[in-house]
Amino acid sequence: MSKVDNSVGFDCRQAFADELEKMAREDTRIVAVCNDSVGSSNLGAFRKAFPDRLVNVGIAEQNMVGVAAGLANAGMRPFVCAASPFLTGRALEQIKADVVYSDFPVVLCGMSPGMAYGELGPTHHSIEDLAWMRAIGDLTVTVPADPDETRATMRWALESGRPCFMRVGRTKVPAVSQPSVTFQPGKFNTLRDGQDISIFAAGTMVSRALEAAEYLAEGGVDARVINAASIKPVDVASVISAAKETKGILTVEEAIIYGGLGSAIAEVVVQNHPTKMRILGVTGLAPTGSAGFLMDHFGLSATGISKAALELLART
Amino acid sequence: MQVDSSVIQADATQPLTVDLGAVSEWKVRRQEFVRATPDQKKELLRKSSIGIRQQVLTTINGAGLGHIGGDFSVTDILVTLYEGVLNLEPGNPNWESRDRFILSKGHCAAALYSVLAKCGYFSESRLTHFAKDLSPLNGHPNRNKIPGVETNTGPLGHGLPVAVGCATAAQLLGKSFRTYVVVGDGELQEGSNWEAAMYAAQRGLGGLTLIVDRNRLQQGASTADTNDLEPLADKWTSFGWETHVIDGHSYEDLLRVLTLQPGDRPRAVIANTVKGKGVSFMENGVEWHHKVPSAAQYEAAMKEVAA
Repeated sequence: MSKVDNSVGFDCRQAFADELEKMAREDTRIVAVCNDSVGSSNLGAFRKAFPDRLVNVGIAEQNMVGVAAGLANAGMRPFVCAASPFLTGRALEQIKADVVYSDFPVVLCGMSPGMAYGELGPTHHSIEDLAWMRAIGDLTVTVPADPDETRATMRWALESGRPCFMRVGRTKVPAVSQPSVTFQPGKFNTLRDGQDISIFAAGTMVSRALEAAEYLAEGGVDARVINAASIKPVDVASVISAAKETKGILTVEEAIIYGGLGSAIAEVVVQNHPTKMRILGVTGLAPTGSAGFLMDHFGLSATGISKAALELLART
Repeated sequence: MQVDSSVIQADATQPLTVDLGAVSEWKVRRQEFVRATPDQKKELLRKSSIGIRQQVLTTINGAGLGHIGGDFSVTDILVTLYEGVLNLEPGNPNWESRDRFILSKGHCAAALYSVLAKCGYFSESRLTHFAKDLSPLNGHPNRNKIPGVETNTGPLGHGLPVAVGCATAAQLLGKSFRTYVVVGDGELQEGSNWEAAMYAAQRGLGGLTLIVDRNRLQQGASTADTNDLEPLADKWTSFGWETHVIDGHSYEDLLRVLTLQPGDRPRAVIANTVKGKGVSFMENGVEWHHKVPSAAQYEAAMKEVAA
């Protein structure tokens, strides 16, 4: 039941590609920049519609991000589309200096993040991206949970005119947002209210956290579930409320447990209202396996999440 | 070390604003330059370069830090670009049609700032605030604080990819502005340059001109003894660029190559220069990468650069 079933749900990359094409029709400044990733970023239709507005630099991530900054210098609005491990790892200094420090309106779209490329091994897992991106200056870092939130985040990123990193998931997810969902940095969406424990989850983990809350409810535990898409800045008020109003905080992310969502929440908790916490995520370089297998392996399934919640509540 | 906020110079922290008087003077100089004969042009650039080298000396002396060797190797290139080549409106730094200039070797900020101030992007008096606490005149250029700076540089190997992006935008938007980028030679050891070099050729970015400040020295030794770049011209040619090798201190060479009309390929100009150019005891001295002159050396250098 907790296994990832890739035959159902939504691939956020498709929603991303459709929305980018739609936005590009409305806004001639939009250009897609990629690293030989037309296929993996689902940019085939975009290329067909706007052949001149797809800048494919080849397998060269440092140049890709630098080129995006230069395009933005001349008034264009680049969406850089590349597999998240290579975008964030290979071009880290370009993201810092050319995009964030230079403050260009570049949207960095980390495709197939987390362990989406599970079978390909740790080189292709992007579990460090959140920690790396979160450490860079005034960069908004977001992990949309489903297609509607992906679209809303793209709209916000274009309007904000500021540097932004967004994960674009490959692992299929159910819809958890209302179609009218908006993205606001520093604002979480509480999807289920509860008084016993708060579960902050992002991206692929949101639907699993909601499912975990159902299991917990069967056992009489009333869990609050918060979609924490805005990894940076976090919703400080939401975190403090959870710390005050519930008996513990569990964070769940498809990322390394150092420096990501859990760390961001913990930073708020320890400085404002210390309470019991558990950070659930990937604990080190992951083994090889399907995304579903690896999520189960690290306890990132509905049953794993509910088990961690009960352990946390039992902790004295 | 404790920081005493009372010693922060309040003036140094003020935002930089366009110096309209200096902009007017730049416009007059540019008009005079356009009308001048080739010999007169060389003389105008020579005079301007004296002023810039003296300004660099004074700026670095005041700050107690800087990269004077590279500043002096690139001075004639910068002066030629800003006084005689680039299509600019210093009074309107964000003018959409401006030519883009990127100093990838951002550590030579004192030279760039001296030239920008001379054009009126901000007042020359502000150069006394170079690298001071909370000054907008950072040790490396910051486009959000310094009018005329196109992108933030400092880490090496960043300028060329951004310049390729600017030139790509001009191509996509059908605009005629040109993009110029100066890289240090040692900086070409960074692989990002070669990613950008391949792609610029792939797109046929005729509006892009790269100038290599080929002073043959990097921070700790010669490029030849560290990670040799030769055959450098052949490298650019083999990457599909139109390649020129010139004397980077010859205004005649610089003007001839930098004013060529765009072709169908990006253009690489290997400008052979001398690190520390203009000061006998600095020239080709690796220690002058970032050494600061003593009071006596400052006085001697001020005279030598004016000779």
